Amino acid sequence: MISPAPPAPPAPPGPAGPPTRAPAAAPPLVALAGVTRVYGSGPAAMWALRGVDLTLRQGEFVAVMGPSGSGKSTCMNILGCLDTPTAGSYRFAGVDVGTLSRDQRAYLRRDSLGFVFQGFNLLARTSALENVELPLIYRGLQAAERHERARGALAAVGLTGWEDHTPAELSGGQQQRVAIARAIVTRPAMLLADEPTGNLDSARGHEIMALLTGFNRDQGLTIVMVTHEADIAAYADRVVRFMDGRVEADGAGGSA
Amino acid sequence: MLANALLLALREIRRNVLRSSLTGLGIVIGVAAVITMVTIGNGATAQVTSDIAALGTNLLQVRPGQGFHGPGRSRVSAAAFSVEDATAIRGQVAGLKAVAPVAQRGLQAIYGNQNWATTVAGTTAEYLTTRNWVLAAGRAFTGGEVRSGKAVCILGATVKKQLFGGEDPLGTHIRLQKLSCQVIGVLAAKGESGFGHDQDDLVLVPLRAYQRRIAGNTNVNMIYVSARDGVSTSKVQGDIERLLRERRHIGRGDEDDFFVRDMREIVGALTGTTRVLTALLGAVAAVSLLVGGIGIMNIMLVSVTERTREIGIRLAIGALEREVLMQFLVEAAVLSSFGGLVGIALGLAAAALGAKALAVPLVLDPGIVVLAFTFSAAVGLVFGYFPARRAARMDPIEALRHE
Repeated sequence: MISPAPPAPPAPPGPAGPPTRAPAAAPPLVALAGVTRVYGSGPAAMWALRGVDLTLRQGEFVAVMGPSGSGKSTCMNILGCLDTPTAGSYRFAGVDVGTLSRDQRAYLRRDSLGFVFQGFNLLARTSALENVELPLIYRGLQAAERHERARGALAAVGLTGWEDHTPAELSGGQQQRVAIARAIVTRPAMLLADEPTGNLDSARGHEIMALLTGFNRDQGLTIVMVTHEADIAAYADRVVRFMDGRVEADGAGGSA
Repeated sequence: MLANALLLALREIRRNVLRSSLTGLGIVIGVAAVITMVTIGNGATAQVTSDIAALGTNLLQVRPGQGFHGPGRSRVSAAAFSVEDATAIRGQVAGLKAVAPVAQRGLQAIYGNQNWATTVAGTTAEYLTTRNWVLAAGRAFTGGEVRSGKAVCILGATVKKQLFGGEDPLGTHIRLQKLSCQVIGVLAAKGESGFGHDQDDLVLVPLRAYQRRIAGNTNVNMIYVSARDGVSTSKVQGDIERLLRERRHIGRGDEDDFFVRDMREIVGALTGTTRVLTALLGAVAAVSLLVGGIGIMNIMLVSVTERTREIGIRLAIGALEREVLMQFLVEAAVLSSFGGLVGIALGLAAAALGAKALAVPLVLDPGIVVLAFTFSAAVGLVFGYFPARRAARMDPIEALRHE
């Protein structure tokens, strides 16, 4: 139905790119070097990541695959600055995230990251518009600009006219669109999607993927997406496979 | 940041109106209870004070017998006073404004076909001064009328109403037992005393007329003594006690067979009592305010657990720890201050109804309203802090995984 994006090893940065640093000698957007994450200590210690090296350039669309317990969720949490590595370093746009305080990481999430979850995670009994406005409130935007940008984001995901509906009044596909609108309304540098199609039927899933592919292609939005489904992973330029806390394979989309 | 927190908190409160109103209910009841209790208590204090002031200022009451009966004693044995006792007090105690001997009993007052059971008091013109009576119509007894015991009388407002209704009683005659007397004056109404006694239910006649035509003896049951302004009532009390001990031949070391009661002491004792009662009721009500605060903490804690995932979303989106803390604190403070406002309105309404039912004046104390409101907001902040901190310190990863 929708052809996967062609493999493109040197991903071209979008012309109308997001407000991230884009000079010629810019560092990669994401650089994980020897990232290790251990839960607990002593003999009961659980090694979730055992030395992960991963570099993402701005504008890439990466699918992360692997069986459960392979470390991909831990890796996503670290990429999302929700967790910090036990050892190794994570540089986001040149900044060593490991040295940031909890508040500084919150600012980084607020300004540069967007999250889309499998379970949508919208606020219940709250209209689509107010859900999308939420990150803008934390940014301290005034009401008029907030409304305008939230409406724009909802329009970009095809939900014009649904602004006043609460999640309970929306279908699963529509709820995920609201969630995507909430993630992109701040114009982040990177979108982290954790099985965004996991709770949707296949047709709805492909609609969501078309939407994400469009943001990646048209706005140069960097996307890291966890998925279990090969046909969903095929939308990505690049597929990274995790196994036992390590990157087992890293290659072009569809081929890995 | 505060404006943001307020925006977020208000949206949150609006999202769950039922939970929010239940959270604030404890504070509503607590504040309403404090306001009602303190307002009615203040009203009762004011009522007691004004009642006793109406009895007469600088007033001393002298009665035969003992003020408080000890075991095996009775006031019956004590001899009554005489007019001469009153005259002696008037002549030998310094600093007096008025002295009024009184003899009284309950009688039927009859006018035409109307009759009314009332109290008839034989006394002098100075009685009006001692008891702060004002004439609504007519005049007081003249010195000649008092000396000769002329058959004239002054009616209390209740007696006038019962016997004459809207008619003008001045100049007419009423009958008291065998005595037919002409009405020369009507007293202005004082209303009920603090003890539930209708002060206007009385008829005054000259003491001598009372003794001769009604009582048939020369007894005086009571002497009212009114000290001049600025004169110490306790000194007057001491002087009267010394004088009467001498006149009644009470030996050194024997106990008085009469007592002098300073009305100011009663005022002090009664207002003191009502103040203590008000403070006690207020304290009990304050406890309920505290319980309301614990209720807020309880519901906020449950709500933090219930909203774990929401908190995870906020943190993932980039909310700072202190922004989440602030939001929950502001939620608690808004709920409790709003509860406080509703409680103030309810409390004042209940106080108005209660004051009407208890027939005490409505004394509004802005201080207690401000205090109750401030306290309710503070309760929200104090009891909201612990749940808010718990929310703010959540690990976003755990919170997002929470089902």
